[in-house]
Amino acid sequence: MSDATLQGQAARPAAPHAERRIGSESPLVQVLLIAVSLAFLALFLLLPLVSVFVEAGARGWVAYREAVTEPDAVAAIRLTLLVAAIAVPFNLVVGVAAAWAIAKFEFRGKNLLVSLIDLPFSVSPVISGLVYVLLFGAQGYLGPWLKANDIEIIFALPGLVLATVFVTFPFVARELIPHMQALGSTDEEAALTLGASPWRVFFAITLPNVKWSLFYGVLLCNARAMGEFGAVAVVSGKIRGLTNTMPLHVEILYNEYMSAAAFAVASLLAGLALVTLALKSLLEWRYGDAIAAARHH
Amino acid sequence: MAGRAATSGWRQPSVLPGFGLSLGITLTALSLIVLIPLAALFVKAASAGPSEIWAIATSPRTLAALRLSFLGALFAASVNAVFGLILAWVLVRYRFPGRRLVDAAVDLPFALPTAVAGIALAAIYAPNGWIGSLLAPFDIKVAYTPLGVMVALIFIGLPFVVRMVQPVLEEAQGDIEEAAALLGASRLRTIFRVVLPPVLPALLSGFVLAFARAVGEYGSVIFIAGNVPMVSEIAPLLIVIKLEQFDYAGAAVIATMMLLLSFTLILLVNLIQARTRRKLGDV
Repeated sequence: MSDATLQGQAARPAAPHAERRIGSESPLVQVLLIAVSLAFLALFLLLPLVSVFVEAGARGWVAYREAVTEPDAVAAIRLTLLVAAIAVPFNLVVGVAAAWAIAKFEFRGKNLLVSLIDLPFSVSPVISGLVYVLLFGAQGYLGPWLKANDIEIIFALPGLVLATVFVTFPFVARELIPHMQALGSTDEEAALTLGASPWRVFFAITLPNVKWSLFYGVLLCNARAMGEFGAVAVVSGKIRGLTNTMPLHVEILYNEYMSAAAFAVASLLAGLALVTLALKSLLEWRYGDAIAAARHH
Repeated sequence: MAGRAATSGWRQPSVLPGFGLSLGITLTALSLIVLIPLAALFVKAASAGPSEIWAIATSPRTLAALRLSFLGALFAASVNAVFGLILAWVLVRYRFPGRRLVDAAVDLPFALPTAVAGIALAAIYAPNGWIGSLLAPFDIKVAYTPLGVMVALIFIGLPFVVRMVQPVLEEAQGDIEEAAALLGASRLRTIFRVVLPPVLPALLSGFVLAFARAVGEYGSVIFIAGNVPMVSEIAPLLIVIKLEQFDYAGAAVIATMMLLLSFTLILLVNLIQARTRRKLGDV
């Protein structure tokens, strides 16, 4: 098996000169491994994705259009866009600030800070919502004070935004930190020496240097923000037309056995996922080197 | 502010500006959004008192839910480790039509909202669904059983291992394999003794990420799980149920147990990983 002739037609070896390479699998093994991989992906990824669109169209075009244009659905779409429009820019600013502090300076406790920024990734989305209910809910620590001052957080927009910010907190910083660390600070130092103001250094040098990994982080952050379910489910109260985001609307329709309508709204979210994937792949293919640093950590 | 920090010795001096501002923004946001709310969770859980905490923590329903979430996540992460490694290997080493498309598709679980994945998986694996109807004659039920939970958790954790292992395999395309083969090692032996050991730390990292994600997963699971208490009820769902019953303390205690358990496990694997890295002479 060790000196495979490697003339397989279905599966050709990776590098051009690899045909001379002694160590590689026989064509049969290669085809087998590729088949196993594709079968696994088809079963777990492709089938669910296709089924969303098939089920969405099960009742025909008219029913589909009705499902995505009825007032509750439109309100859900609006709310989802609004929440993302607040949460993503917030995390963008904080992520850039965190990356600047972490990538450009050496200070004690830096590793701890990086771990804490990543923390939301290891917290269940449900717990991410729960913590805000415990703080701001009617029986929460600040509940009575909020009620006295007529401020609504839980079962209202601020709660949805807070929960979304929590679950998407690490995305931007995570992509930016390794990239900014790989680039170093010599460009910035040179500009400063030449008399550029700090903000000019940031906007004219740092930002253009990292723009693709920044866009990459924002893309992932946005996809998660618009699709988040567990965290917003806990803080939303699911009031139709008021605090229902698209994923929550999908859940309600599905639980009411309005399957076609549920899948119709779900197909919009699946479309968003496909656009996200397409943009992400495009970024990786065209600016792979720039983002590579981020993928290696 | 920055000047004082520079002289106090906890950071190295730098000519770059904005340390105080950027660190200030970061720490403020981190505290307000993540740390203080999480602290409130622990305070709430502790306020329940020892006997009540013990009662909630050891109730059969809590234990069953935690067992399902943690064992399910371990199982799903293991499946992902095996197939993720094969997938990464195929994507890095072989050329076949549609490879780039497959590479892009691996990230679908990151991009697809969990609720959408949940209803899609439930529809496919339901007894009248595309796969469910194929399994029904063999009396295999996936949807509305613990098996359904596994399917959802495998789906959600799929990209982690592939994405961690892929770059390491790309770098490993070296001459050592050739040397091993020339020295007479069989292909299998070369793979297990030469190719895979350097990949192990990345494989473990991917495993941990997939596990951490799966333990807390909610959206993709609840639709396919059937949510029968003691059987197919995951821990995050039990937290939601406690909240809906206004049992804040109960929810907080279960949430705290989940966090402590998964942090301990993650820490453990990180320690193993650090040891593996040292053994391999890597930094």
